[in-house]
Amino acid sequence: MMRIAVDIEKTLRDGSREFHLRMRFESDADVTVLYGESGAGKSLTMQAIAGLIRPDKGRIVLSERVVFDAALRIDVRARHRHVGLVFQDYALFPHLTVRQNIAFAQNRGWLNRRTVDKESSAAMANMQLDTLADAYPSDLSGGQRQRVALARALAAHPQLLLLDEPFSALDSDLRNRLRDELIERHRRAGIPMVVITHDADDVAAFGGKVVRVRDGQVVA
Amino acid sequence: MVSDAIVPLLLTLKVASLATILASLVGVALGKLLGRKRTLTRDVAESLLTLPLVLPPTVLGYYLLVVLGRNGFIGGWMMRWFGVSLIFTWQGAVVAAAIAAFPLILRAARASFSDVDVQLENAARSLGASESEVFFRVTLPLAWRGILAGALLAFARAMGEFGATLMVAGSLPGRTQTLSLAIYEAVMAGDDARAASMVIISLITAVALLIVAAQLLQRRKHT
Repeated sequence: MMRIAVDIEKTLRDGSREFHLRMRFESDADVTVLYGESGAGKSLTMQAIAGLIRPDKGRIVLSERVVFDAALRIDVRARHRHVGLVFQDYALFPHLTVRQNIAFAQNRGWLNRRTVDKESSAAMANMQLDTLADAYPSDLSGGQRQRVALARALAAHPQLLLLDEPFSALDSDLRNRLRDELIERHRRAGIPMVVITHDADDVAAFGGKVVRVRDGQVVA
Repeated sequence: MVSDAIVPLLLTLKVASLATILASLVGVALGKLLGRKRTLTRDVAESLLTLPLVLPPTVLGYYLLVVLGRNGFIGGWMMRWFGVSLIFTWQGAVVAAAIAAFPLILRAARASFSDVDVQLENAARSLGASESEVFFRVTLPLAWRGILAGALLAFARAMGEFGATLMVAGSLPGRTQTLSLAIYEAVMAGDDARAASMVIISLITAVALLIVAAQLLQRRKHT
């Protein structure tokens, strides 16, 4: 059972505007949904959990592992946090094929190899992406991109999966289909996940624990 | 006639190629080091590093002589420890051309690195990539087109380098006399036919380079 405990503060300045993030929530649910309008601080929270931004204060615990603690000066690097990310715009590597994107985590060193290990091939088959293996992200549809992004994140064997507005880039038909698909895949993969969304339909479909976010804070 | 131009042409290509390689390594490294954040300190540093491009080449040559000469900071050290001097050698010409040209690569590299989507670098980090892996597998491949454009400009600048090369390496026929120096010498000696043939060869080389550049920049566009 994965327990996520987040208690962080961060102030961002952009010119004369300030944004205060004060996020505090805990969850041991299989799915945790961060629900709120865009600009509420959900993505910032996700980046903090993944180790991509550093909070000013506070503490983040994943399972029993403290990955961030400002007072104790603990800040585990993103690459050692074992947190998989599916970005809102998928952030697929445009210069790499589907195959290379998915194998990115398995492939160490300074070169993007063309050949791929068995495990990544299996991951591709599993996601029904084998026919697209040599395609580049720019050739893919929105739904296919999302599947590649998910496969790429899962290939790194994360202990936690974070999905930032996974369906916002898709039209509503596809959204419903992929939502079901994702829930099914999630059930099979058995990796706990945090989903960020502004869509009430997502909240209803995913169930799990819902954390409502407004103006950088959790509202009861 | 043409054979007169072959020796300076080959020397020019050798000097300009090595200078471009040297300038690329330094320019790309400094471009990465300056980073995408625009702070006053970093912008001032970039301006100072751009000086070799905007200073009169003779001023650059003067400073190079001061630094690389027998009594210079680096020149004296090289003389003491290795018994070599770069003054009046083609290697000196490489250094002069590299320093004159590297700001072009530095600026192109910094701009190209800044254009790479941070989210892609973050995605790589979250997939377990170290900072050097992120650089070589994501940042550099996505920025190479801009860097290449800068390197081609730098190559052109290095090929045409005159003032600093003349001061540091002199104009020794067959040893340090590059095409631009040879053209100058031919005109001064009143050998117009020889000058004209070398001018035409310069022109052909430049056009050939531009064609190669356009080809390289067109290939593989997935971004």
